[in-house]
Amino acid sequence: MNRAVIWSVWLGLVTPFTGGTAQEIVVQKGTSVATLSAALRRAHPGDHIVVRPGIYYEPTIVIDVPVTIEGDSGAVFDGRDAEDVLLVTADSVTIRGLTIRHVATSYIDDRAAIKFQEVTGCVAEYNRIEDAFFGIYLAKSTDCIIRHNVAIGRKTTKTKSGNAIHLWNSRDVLVEDNTVSGHRDGIYFEFVTGAMVRRNVSTDNLRYGLHFMFSHQCEYWDNVFARNGSGVAVMYTKGVTMVGNRFEDNWGSAAFGLLLKEINDSRVEDNIFRSNSVAIHAEGSNRLTVKGNEFIANGWAVKIMANSIDNEFTRNRFVGNAFDVATNSRSSSSRFSENYWSAYRGYDLDRDGYGDVPFRPVRLFALLVEQYPPAIILMRSAFVDMIDLAERVMPILTPETLVDEHPLMEWPQ
Amino acid sequence: MTSPERLPVVPPVAPTTPRLVTSTAAIVEVTDLGKSFGGLMALDGVSTSFGVARITAVVGPNAAGKSTLIKTILGLVRPDRGRIIVNGHVVTQDWDYRRGIGYMPQAGHFPENLTGREVLSMLKHLRGSSAELDEELLDAFALRPELGKQVRTLSGGTRQKLNAVIAFLFRPALLILDEPTAGLDPVASGIIKDKILRCRESGTSVVLTSHIMSEIEELADSVVFLLEGRIQFDGPRLELQRLTGHQSLERAIAALMQGGAS
Amino acid sequence: MKSTGKILRYQLRDVIRGRWILVYTLVFLLMTDVLFRFGGSGERVVLSLMNVVLLLVPLVSIIFGTMYLYHAREFIVLLLAQPVDRTSLFLGLYGGMAIPLAGSYAVGVGLPFLWHAGGGGGGGSALGVLLLTGVLLTCAFTALAFLVAVLFEDRAKGFGAAVLVWLLAAVVYDGVILIVVTSLWRYPLERPLLVLTMLNPIDLGRVFLLLQFDIAALMGYTGAVFSRFFGSAVGKGLALTVLVAWSVVPLLVGLRRFRMKDF
Repeated sequence: MNRAVIWSVWLGLVTPFTGGTAQEIVVQKGTSVATLSAALRRAHPGDHIVVRPGIYYEPTIVIDVPVTIEGDSGAVFDGRDAEDVLLVTADSVTIRGLTIRHVATSYIDDRAAIKFQEVTGCVAEYNRIEDAFFGIYLAKSTDCIIRHNVAIGRKTTKTKSGNAIHLWNSRDVLVEDNTVSGHRDGIYFEFVTGAMVRRNVSTDNLRYGLHFMFSHQCEYWDNVFARNGSGVAVMYTKGVTMVGNRFEDNWGSAAFGLLLKEINDSRVEDNIFRSNSVAIHAEGSNRLTVKGNEFIANGWAVKIMANSIDNEFTRNRFVGNAFDVATNSRSSSSRFSENYWSAYRGYDLDRDGYGDVPFRPVRLFALLVEQYPPAIILMRSAFVDMIDLAERVMPILTPETLVDEHPLMEWPQ
Repeated sequence: MTSPERLPVVPPVAPTTPRLVTSTAAIVEVTDLGKSFGGLMALDGVSTSFGVARITAVVGPNAAGKSTLIKTILGLVRPDRGRIIVNGHVVTQDWDYRRGIGYMPQAGHFPENLTGREVLSMLKHLRGSSAELDEELLDAFALRPELGKQVRTLSGGTRQKLNAVIAFLFRPALLILDEPTAGLDPVASGIIKDKILRCRESGTSVVLTSHIMSEIEELADSVVFLLEGRIQFDGPRLELQRLTGHQSLERAIAALMQGGAS
Repeated sequence: MKSTGKILRYQLRDVIRGRWILVYTLVFLLMTDVLFRFGGSGERVVLSLMNVVLLLVPLVSIIFGTMYLYHAREFIVLLLAQPVDRTSLFLGLYGGMAIPLAGSYAVGVGLPFLWHAGGGGGGGSALGVLLLTGVLLTCAFTALAFLVAVLFEDRAKGFGAAVLVWLLAAVVYDGVILIVVTSLWRYPLERPLLVLTMLNPIDLGRVFLLLQFDIAALMGYTGAVFSRFFGSAVGKGLALTVLVAWSVVPLLVGLRRFRMKDF
């Protein structure tokens, strides 16, 4: 939570400054200031521009003075005649309460509803973005806030749509309470550091609800990622914190609750994974702490490839998954302890809350399927149940080390 | 091996019983019948005929081929060679000739959860005959009160009575009775024996097997004696007793068996 | 075959009054009901029932089928001594066994779905496939039971053969598939696996059922190939044909033997 505190302090410092010497400019149809572009031409740093209701068709609006732009309810910018709709090149610009719609697809440049280009201290809040190629786009920007925005994409194909919230080469950004859907990726980070992403809802996107690469030391708290085409995929990053998120209903042959590819030294805690084909898929990911998560009714709860080492799975809850843990090798250096497994059939004679018999979460069948994928055709065969049982009684093929020595008897409420 | 010459195989001759005045016509004609079960000869060139309105007993030790002979006549067993004519029909794939046969197997087994009445009506349905039924035994055995009960609740004796009723029910021209009195009390045995004799009076032909020699003495006009799949004697019962020089049939048969075995 | 109907009528009555057919119905009834009570949606209940159905239906059909024919042997002899052709009798007896078994299964599984009001979305078509699969498996394994009973004079041998047939189809066959997969995994296996699956009625039923559920998404590329095949009209038709053939072929072979048999 430290980062959240820092953000609040920072906000407190910025707000009085922008409001201090404000001159208010009103944009209204039929007046001398009929367009936002016109308002900006007469604006001074720190001015407050209010946009009255109406549908504004303007070429790309370049915001090159530090101002606050605030829309009344019903102030709509239609991107029919524009490339980017709002292009911010000045520091300390706030864009609030606008509705921006119709940003055309381009295969040449990333057209966005709101684009911040090499700025600091920017704020985009309470905006509504409809039918945009990219929604809110940050390039080489720092110390920004993106919150309470709604972005509803047009849900066409992956190649024809962009990302709802797109950050490239930026740092120290707060992304909170946004609702995004129908884009290619809901939230996309590339070369972003020190971002805080919390309480966002990213659903029904064509590809990923959240997708990041090379974005170290970012935190993700209390977000919901549901029904995205391929779930959530995060790659090539270290120092990630993911806490209290929900990964739900990412179901399909190539969908993951959370795909971790070369993610190192990170924490995945207290999340809920429900009804995903694969809740967590980890490859080349090392020294992860996976703790306090709930895995409910997934196809695979945890798929951990042998190239992932020294990962720690403790006090997680595994309930009703087709496969609790799968891996592709006999040797595994991941450790499981004190988890709750609904498939556990052991007993607790000494009443210490832990089963007296270790639990082996890797079914032989899961191992076979990893090595020989066509074997999946035997799913739910009586034969498979029998060899699983035999293997559980006398393990010879499943990873010896992949054992929960202290399985929890009950999940603490 | 047996030598057929030791005792003459007597062809069917004129009726020996004074009561029988009818023809020498045959209801069943069997010619050169052969059947082996996995190399074991059950019937080996059997030729005989069963006379109309006569009671013929097929006798012999166990595994002599008695059942096989009866079952080939019923079409239950397919002979390897030879020919059977029943009532003028050659027994082949055709099954309609069985309309004229009443069969009583050794033991009565019926679907456990059907009532006696249902078993009877099933057979009536299968026969599809509209002719008047012979339910005399039903009354003679006092079986009617039992007909409403399911077969599994009936005693072995009652089932056997039901078994007998079925054989006589359709007034067949030919009765084939496999150990008809086995499992019956003396009273019921008497009833069934009287019934057999009455049937003959009315022109029904009867083929039966029995282990009880007194019964055969009481009933049979002719005897076919089988041993190891061959006929050792075929002729009037009295002829058999005369040939062997024994007064009782039991001793006559015993003599036949010893002769055959040596 | 004119007597088939008459024989069927009485055999049905006999079998339906039997105690075990009631028990068989109750087992499915209770199981399905309990699954609903333990908070399953219609689709989940179907999925849970699937394993039991795929094991129990063939086992019960083949065991009861063989026992029934052995048990009825003396009565069959009596019937054969009547003016009845063997084909009629055999088919009548088969119907007298397969129809109550299939009906008892369908009632046992179907009724709880009715009184739990379908259990909500998606259960309908899945239930349909489950019922159809169960009924076809009943017909197939009753036919196999009759074949076994006709082939083996000795009851103990016949009983052993029946269990063996079940074991082969329900368990061993999948072991063979696993061996094929693990030893030939370098080759594209989807088509051979499709053929192998089609050849075993239990596997065919299992895969066909699996593809009705979300769970099919877990089946990766192989699943996708199967899904596409069974999703097509040709695939569905072929699957149905094969399942029906599993009833017809053993029945015809059994009938051939039955017609030639000595009693």
